[in-house]
Order: sequence, then structure tokens, then C-alpha cells
Amino acid sequence: MEHLDYETLNTLRQVMEEDFDLLIDTFIQDSSDRIVKLREVVGGTEADPIRRAAHSFKGSSSNIGALRLTTLCHALEKKAMSNNLEQLDQDLLEIEQEFAQVQELLRTLA
Amino acid sequence: MNDMRRLKILVADDTDTDRLILESIVRKEGHTVVSARNGVEAIAVYAAEKPDLVLLDALMPELDGFGAARKIKELAGDELVPIIFLTSLSDTESLVQCLDAGGDDFLSKPYNRVILQAKIKSFNRMREMHSTMLTQRDQIVQYNNRLLQEQTVAKHVFDNVAHSGCLNAGNVRYFLSSLAVFNGDVLVAAMRPTGSMMVLLGDFTGHGLPAAIGAMPLASTFYGMVPKGFSMTDILREINAKLKNTLPVGIFCCATMMDINFRKKHLKIWNGGLPDCFIYHHKDRRISAVKSTHLPLGVLSNRAFKDNCEYFDLEKEDRIFAWSDGIHEARNIAGDMFGEERLKAVFEKNMEPENLFKEIIENVQQFVGSSEKDDDLSLLEIRMDEPARVNEFAQQASDKYGNSEIEWAMRFEVKPTSFKVFDPLPMLLNVLMEVPSLRAFSSTLYTILAELYTNALDHGVLKLDSELKSTAEGFADYYRLREERINSVTEGFVRIYITHKTNENGGLLKVRIEDSGDGFDHSGRSENTLSTFGYSGRGIALVEKLCGRVTYLGAGNVVEVEFSWVSDD
Repeated sequence: MEHLDYETLNTLRQVMEEDFDLLIDTFIQDSSDRIVKLREVVGGTEADPIRRAAHSFKGSSSNIGALRLTTLCHALEKKAMSNNLEQLDQDLLEIEQEFAQVQELLRTLA
Repeated sequence: MNDMRRLKILVADDTDTDRLILESIVRKEGHTVVSARNGVEAIAVYAAEKPDLVLLDALMPELDGFGAARKIKELAGDELVPIIFLTSLSDTESLVQCLDAGGDDFLSKPYNRVILQAKIKSFNRMREMHSTMLTQRDQIVQYNNRLLQEQTVAKHVFDNVAHSGCLNAGNVRYFLSSLAVFNGDVLVAAMRPTGSMMVLLGDFTGHGLPAAIGAMPLASTFYGMVPKGFSMTDILREINAKLKNTLPVGIFCCATMMDINFRKKHLKIWNGGLPDCFIYHHKDRRISAVKSTHLPLGVLSNRAFKDNCEYFDLEKEDRIFAWSDGIHEARNIAGDMFGEERLKAVFEKNMEPENLFKEIIENVQQFVGSSEKDDDLSLLEIRMDEPARVNEFAQQASDKYGNSEIEWAMRFEVKPTSFKVFDPLPMLLNVLMEVPSLRAFSSTLYTILAELYTNALDHGVLKLDSELKSTAEGFADYYRLREERINSVTEGFVRIYITHKTNENGGLLKVRIEDSGDGFDHSGRSENTLSTFGYSGRGIALVEKLCGRVTYLGAGNVVEVEFSWVSDD
């Protein structure tokens, strides 16, 4: 699966115009915060905060066209929803690695 | 912006990226954006900015989108503020939750600019429609309030006109729906100076104000004329003319009018367009139906209007029933009408006449049951009774007119200085009009007095030769001479004697006019040779026709006529 959906990003560039760079910066900053938040809740024992955090991250990822990141967040959301809290560290790691990739690719666009 | 005005749109989303994207899309569409980062902020911004449309993220910290949506809908009240939920939720339950909270639609992530644009347009149309609807609703409420207020005023005015009557007399019972004025039914009753009672039950075509407006001239004419002693036919003609002149074509009044003489136990009745009235004869429980033989009031011009009435001799305890078509046309649940057969059956089953009135109403109401009434019921019962048991007025009038022969006489003399400045005719006529029964003959009496007085003045006092008027030039000379002489007259008189005496059937009015002139030789005058009087004789021919006989006395300077009248009630 592609990391990024370039069609979505092109549309966003048209819509945002000069604010496109700001959007990318915001997404990177926002996502970094979310990963910190995710790490925090994954360390806990409650499923709902994990589901919510994954859900929000999924939403913003899908809007920016980060296809694989969206899929990973969705998978984590579904696990939390079914109360399956095993090997969450692994899921978090995959999300972190994917975000690092996305971040690098986005920087080249901005 | 093409066909849509600039809207103010609230974007509430806690994710900066998403909010940024949405703000940009909305701005690109030409709208103004106000933003919030959570539900609590969203409510505050809504209250402060009153946006036209709200885009609300479902999941937010502090207060989520569902809670915010509920509060915003509450603040909006009657206004339609479309709320579109922004969500990447896709399970049925969550989507239902959005709608339950007052959401109007969803927009799923990732955002699609074209779809959002279409949704904003569509909701704006809905919002405008809703606003138009609210405006129109408010207008309707306002119009309705005004209508009710107008009807209240109209009813108040009408009641003031209508309630001056004698519907509370001891022998009258009536039933009218409380809004009778506006179902077009009208009932008026008043006492004539002679102590007889006049009643009119009418049913105007149509309902509401047009019908009530027609009732106004009817009631005011009725109450204006009855106490002055005008005859029923005069009153019917006057009402007919008023309605014909004032009401639009197609609005008229079906009516029954009656004149009930309690002293002589007479009924005079006219029915134009109402169902048959019933006269219930107490002695043998027989019913005489009084059919409508005329067109309703306000249809025909007065020239074509027919005022011939029916006359009945009644006995004590006989009852007259009159009704509008509301009783006959009352429908039951199956849609059948009550009809005349059922009405007759009520009379047949009746055991105690005193209960008839109540039984008619009960039977109709039972028949109609809970089905909606087509028309309202109007029912009138008048019982023949002794004047004393009708009301005080009937008794007093009966005492006054009953058996006594009322007699009076007057003498009036016009002196020379008065001839050119004073016309005694209006004053004399006024005196005569004090006799109620004579009012019906006012124009006849005026003609008689005018002809006799003019003859006395012109030919007697002023000594003008009636032969002058036989040619056209003579006419001019006649009036020139008359003008000269009336200005210079210094002696002479015209004396007018009037006596009046009532009898059981009417009365006799005698008028005698004497002038100071030389008179004329009337000995050769025969009733068949009116033409010998030439132009000036025409007046006498007319008076003779009206009175039956004109008698000249003495030297021909005294003339006497007798006008015998028969009361029509």
C-alpha cells in the first residue's frame, strides 16, 4: 500500500493554496502530539481511551491522504473496540514508524 | 459566489489539521468561518455569532458533538440551524446517535469538497424555506388574530343593534348558535305601537363577515321602522331594497317575517325562501304549513318584489314555528339529512305542546350525534297568548287601542303674511304621522293635503283663474301672476280642519279646507265630468280617486274629504 494518496494531496494543495505548508506543519505537529497521547494510553489498561485516540488520528490521517497510517490507526481502533489489548506495543511501533515515513515524504512536498 | 448569499458557518473540530482543511474549503466557497475546538467552545461561539450552518465534529474533548448539537438546537428555538456532523464513524449506531442529537446530515472523512459544497447549498435552501415558512406562519397567526378581533367587534355591534328587540317576551322561545351572526342567521323582533309583535327570521347566503354585514342594514331597518308603526309590507320592501342595493349579487337573505296581533289573534306572515313554517293548532294538534311563495330578500328590484302575505286566525296556545334550513339539513354520521319527515314525526310523537321546542332541538342533536354540523340550528317558537302575558308593552298598547275609539281634531289657519313664507304641509303631515297606522299612508295623505291647500290658496285667496293653465303660455302667465299676488296679498285666510277617529278596523280621517275666496259654482259638477275642471281639475280627480269622494260646500270655498283607512294587521 502506498504511504500517501497524491491525488488527495493535490486537491488539498489547490484548496489550501499558500496555507498548504501550514497544513503540513500542523499535521506533523498534531500527529506528534497524538503519538505521545497514544503511547500514554497504550501503557494503561483501559480500551476506550485507546479507541478514541486511534479514531481521531485515523480521521486526520485520512484527510491528509496518509493511506497506510489511516489503515494502521483503524486496525488499532478496531482492536480496542473489541477489547483486545494484546501486543499493543507492536501496533504503536508500526504507527510510529509509518508516521516517520509519512513525515519525511510530506516534507519533500512542502 | 453565484446564486447563494454569503453564509456564516461554524466549524467545530478539535483536530487542527481537519479544522484547517474544512476552514479552507468553506472559505473557498465564499462563506465566513467561525471556529471552535470543542463542544463547549462551539456552544459559546454559536451563541455569540449566530451562524447559519454548523459543522460539528462528533468526537471532541470537553463536550462531544452530540451534546453540543442538542444545546445548539435548543438555543436556535424556531430557527432552523442545520447541523452537519463531521465523522469518520461509520457504524449504524453512531450515525443514528448523530441524528438523535439533532444532526441533520453527516460528512465523512476524508472531506470531499464537492460533496460539502452540495450539502451547504442544499441546507441553505432548506434554511431559507424554513425561514419563509416561519414568516408566513407568523403572518397567518397575525391575520387570524385580526380576523377574530374584527369578528368580536362586529358581533358586539350587531348584538347592540339586535338586542334592542323583544325576544325576551313571555311567549317567545328561540335557539341560535352562539356564533349565529357569523353563520348568517339573524333573528329580530320588536313591538309595533299598536302592541302587535313583528318578528323576522333570516338566513343569509354564505357565512362569516359577508353574512353578518348583510344583517346590519336588515336589523337597523327593522328596528328603525317597526316601533314607528310602518306596515309589514313597507318594512319588507325597505329591507329588500336596502339589501338589493348594498349586497353583491349572489348574497341574499331567505326570510320569514310575521306580524302577530295578540288582541285580535291574527297572524300576518310572509315567507321568502325559508323552509315551510309550521302553525301548530292547539285544539286539534293540526299543522298548517306556511310555504315560501316568494323569492328571498335582496334578489328582486322593488318594482318586481312581491309583498302579498298570508293571514291566519289563531287561537290562544296556538304556536308558530319558524326555522332556517339548519334543522332540515342537519346531517348524521351517514350523511343523511334530518329532513321535514323527521321534523313532522317529532310533532306527531309529542305529548305536551310545551315540550315541542325542546324536543325538536333534542331530536336534531341526537340525529346529528358526534358528526360535525353542516350548518347551525336556528329555531323560533311564538305562542299565541293574551297581550298581558306577552309583555308589558303589549298590554299597555292593547289597553290603549283595544276597545276605545280615539278621537282628536285640530284647526289651523294660515294668515296673509304667512302665505309666501310658510308651507303648512310638512307640519300637518307631521301631526298625522303621530298616528302610527297612518304612516303607511303618508304619501297618499300628502297628495290629498297638497292638492286641497294649493287649490284653496291659488284659486280662493289669490283668485287665479284655473282656465289660464289650459295653454302653455297661460301656464307661464299663471305663475307670474301667482308670484305677484302672493307678494302683495294683505287679506284672506286658509283654514284647515282635521279630525281623526279610530274604530275597530282602522279609522276615519276628515279634512275640511275653507278659504276666504269667492268659491265657484259647484252645483253643476257631476262626478263623471271631471274634465270640466280642465288642468286645474286634475288634482281634484286624483284626490277623488284617493278618498272616494270630494265634497264642495257653501259658495264652493269649502271642500271636504274623508279618508277611511283599514289597519292591515
